[in-house]
Amino acid sequence: MSDLELLIFIGVCTLATFLTRVLPFVALSRQADHPLILHLGRYLPPAVMAILVIYALRDLTPWSAGQLNVSAQGVPLILASLAVVFLHLWRRNALLSIVGGTGLYMVLIQLVWP
Amino acid sequence: MFGYLPLGAAFGVLYMQLDLPWWGAPLMSLFIYAGAGQFLAVTLLANHAGLVEVAVASFMLNSRHLFYGLSLLKRFRGAGWRKPYMIFSLTDETYSLLTSQARPQDAGVETHRLAARIGALNQLWWVLGTLLGTLAGATLNIDGRGLDFALTALFIVLTLEQAARLRQALPFLIALATGLGAILLLPERHLLLGAIGAASLLLLVHYRLHRQPQEART
Repeated sequence: MSDLELLIFIGVCTLATFLTRVLPFVALSRQADHPLILHLGRYLPPAVMAILVIYALRDLTPWSAGQLNVSAQGVPLILASLAVVFLHLWRRNALLSIVGGTGLYMVLIQLVWP
Repeated sequence: MFGYLPLGAAFGVLYMQLDLPWWGAPLMSLFIYAGAGQFLAVTLLANHAGLVEVAVASFMLNSRHLFYGLSLLKRFRGAGWRKPYMIFSLTDETYSLLTSQARPQDAGVETHRLAARIGALNQLWWVLGTLLGTLAGATLNIDGRGLDFALTALFIVLTLEQAARLRQALPFLIALATGLGAILLLPERHLLLGAIGAASLLLLVHYRLHRQPQEART
């Protein structure tokens, strides 16, 4: 891949991403006070975040062939996710929760169950 | 908001495993500025995806931002010269922080300044993390397997923050139903948008059914 191709690639991603952010403001700016929009503004954020978690864990398979699955998509994924939850409920420090959980996941799939 | 530091570093390390010029990573964090989107971009680069596929995949994965803007229309109203940057910097984390605040209803100069600052600080950590990751990926021999879990960890943290703000089960039950439903029923590439679209529809129904009690919202 040449430098120019890489720049074009980044340009395309930039435009596609910005488009998703700016469209509502261009298309719906007059409806900002509508009670339905306010209702969505209240309940949609938590719903979307929770959906992102489910999406990120979509390949989770705790069991395979009748036994505990210790590959990257099995037990390590569960343990690391639980670690993030516990760390965050305990200290409520995003940096600690993310580094701790990711570190544990990497150790589990690279060293414990390679 | 420090969450973007380790996530940016993870992205930098993963990018450096592609054998592309190092400046691509910070450039992406400056201009694309999307957590999940840039992890996807690494995959697309590794697979030598065509530009149309790149555009469609980026748009689809980031289409959840459409709903972010929708719920912040009022909040961003009258933000003046800061508004373009506030819209540009509307990432998962920025959105989560903005909507986790106590009273997102009041839209004054102060709240606009704060919103713009949250977006900019997030991006600062994101770019800084990317540079650190790029540097580490270039100098150390890092085994990057498992690093992409950082994104999952961020989503878990953001969900917990949302739950701490809105102590109601409703949106989480809706997410569980639509998320699992989408995994069972939809092909992989339509999963995310399908689940978010279905959740919006359920909220629309909920709005129709409970219009009266909603008048007394805090």
